[in-house]
Amino acid sequence: MRVFLHGRLVSIACRAAPMTESLALAPAAPHRKTVFVPRHALVTRLTHWLNALCIFGLLMSGLNIFMAHPALYWGQYGADADRPAFEIGAESRESGPPKGFVRFGEATTLDTTGVLGAVRDDDGDWHQRAFPYWATLPASRDLSIARRWHFFFAWLFVANLAAYYAFGLINGHLRRDLVPSPAQLRPSALLSDVIHHLKLQFPQGEAARHYNPLQKLAYLGVIGLLLPLVALTGMTMSPGLDAIFPWLIDLFGGRQSARTLHFIAANLIVLFVLVHLAMVVLAGPINEIRSMITGKLKIVSQDPDGSLP
Amino acid sequence: MSRLLIPRRKFLGLGALGLGAAALGFSGRPADAASFEELIAHAQSLTYGAQRLLGRNALAREFSAKDISPVFKVNGTHMPDTTEYEALLAGDFATWRLQVEGLVATPLSLSLADLHALPQRTQITRHDCVEGWSAIGQWQGTPLAEILKRAAPLPAARFVVFHCADFYERAADGTGQYYESIDLVDAFHPQTILAHSLNGEALSVGHGAPVRLRVERQLGYKQAKYVMRIELVERFDRIGRGKGGYWPDRGYEWYAGI
Repeated sequence: MRVFLHGRLVSIACRAAPMTESLALAPAAPHRKTVFVPRHALVTRLTHWLNALCIFGLLMSGLNIFMAHPALYWGQYGADADRPAFEIGAESRESGPPKGFVRFGEATTLDTTGVLGAVRDDDGDWHQRAFPYWATLPASRDLSIARRWHFFFAWLFVANLAAYYAFGLINGHLRRDLVPSPAQLRPSALLSDVIHHLKLQFPQGEAARHYNPLQKLAYLGVIGLLLPLVALTGMTMSPGLDAIFPWLIDLFGGRQSARTLHFIAANLIVLFVLVHLAMVVLAGPINEIRSMITGKLKIVSQDPDGSLP
Repeated sequence: MSRLLIPRRKFLGLGALGLGAAALGFSGRPADAASFEELIAHAQSLTYGAQRLLGRNALAREFSAKDISPVFKVNGTHMPDTTEYEALLAGDFATWRLQVEGLVATPLSLSLADLHALPQRTQITRHDCVEGWSAIGQWQGTPLAEILKRAAPLPAARFVVFHCADFYERAADGTGQYYESIDLVDAFHPQTILAHSLNGEALSVGHGAPVRLRVERQLGYKQAKYVMRIELVERFDRIGRGKGGYWPDRGYEWYAGI
């Protein structure tokens, strides 16, 4: 079983061995062995952290850019005289702080004073601003600097994503680690994984060497759908790229629709990051983060015959 | 005349520079904030190079009449506050002349009637403001290429500068006059026109009467209004604050195709 410490092919061969048989042969109580197993390839780790950096930079500079016109439209055009589908705003009041609001369509208006629309700076003074100071890059409202940051990180993000796809296809990471097996996609397997997640039970031992079905689907959804969506809708906002790739305009039903989808995709990415971080904390933050940096995951292996080194 | 302004080697080099900047972020060395902002600004050159490489002659989408915005928002200057402009407006621009000068073999001085007598182009296009909003309108005017052909740019000419009548924000030193500049790829692009009409009517003062630039593959701040003088230059570092336009002088990208 020492083979577990070595390369992937060897471990795959080992995985194919009938574990139940060796368990059945074990006469005594199994020994518990702590081993560090290769979990994440170097390219996966590098692209992961570069992507994390880009996502944070893009999100925070994107919020600053959005403050220049905090309204979303559907279709080809949309400006002050047109009806927004979504809007963040503020109303001055006779006394006291301005009232911040978020409006969906014409009907639903939420009071978001202090969080969105009207926020306080470090000195406690109120400002009519879509997002809090801590959430934007740069902190002060500055469209030109925010755009510089956004496009710098956008280039890096797209290059990094392309590198990830290329390596993922070449070294088999996408197919081997992320595509769920037919067995994992059975309703019973998915249901059981949902229950495990709800009970906050995370894979231990051998099972921790691989992603569980929900994890695979979440990662595939982000890597295969959400990240390309946010990149393509971002590109659709560029008048230069719209001329070069006019199909982008048709794909999303117009530049303003693309801008709205860009905002929705960014929000879904935030949601993913929050769940992703929560899962890291719940599954054992030290071991998980260590594996994301060094590539090695600590697993406590049930070693039936005591043959592990 | 249609030479790519960023050589391929420099374009690739800038790509490497971008990745290098990320490495710098990881190194944890305290980076000088100003120089880092300079560094990230190089992404602009990457965007410019990529868009020129992928489709220098690509046409902007043209829409149908039913796509036209009910209200085309007026942005920037609403009314130039100079006595010269007020006089031109009072005279219905009868004495207005568009000067075409600089690195040209034949300097021109064109009246509105002269512009109308040249070949015309009508296009329904989308105007994208850097702030994020868009408006669609029908523009009619004279292709810039028709004007430039008659002026015959000299081989040294690389940029076309548009000097405007308005001061968007007059600074204490007297600067602040609006201007913009584009490269010759955009200048000779078939959709680049000096528009005199919006949605079938002569341009209103808010939209840049008597003529404004339409350079359809770039953002709104490039669409210079109240154009008075067109100057062909080899470099623009001695005009305004040297960045090629009113908003570029104030931190925005000179190439606004994104």
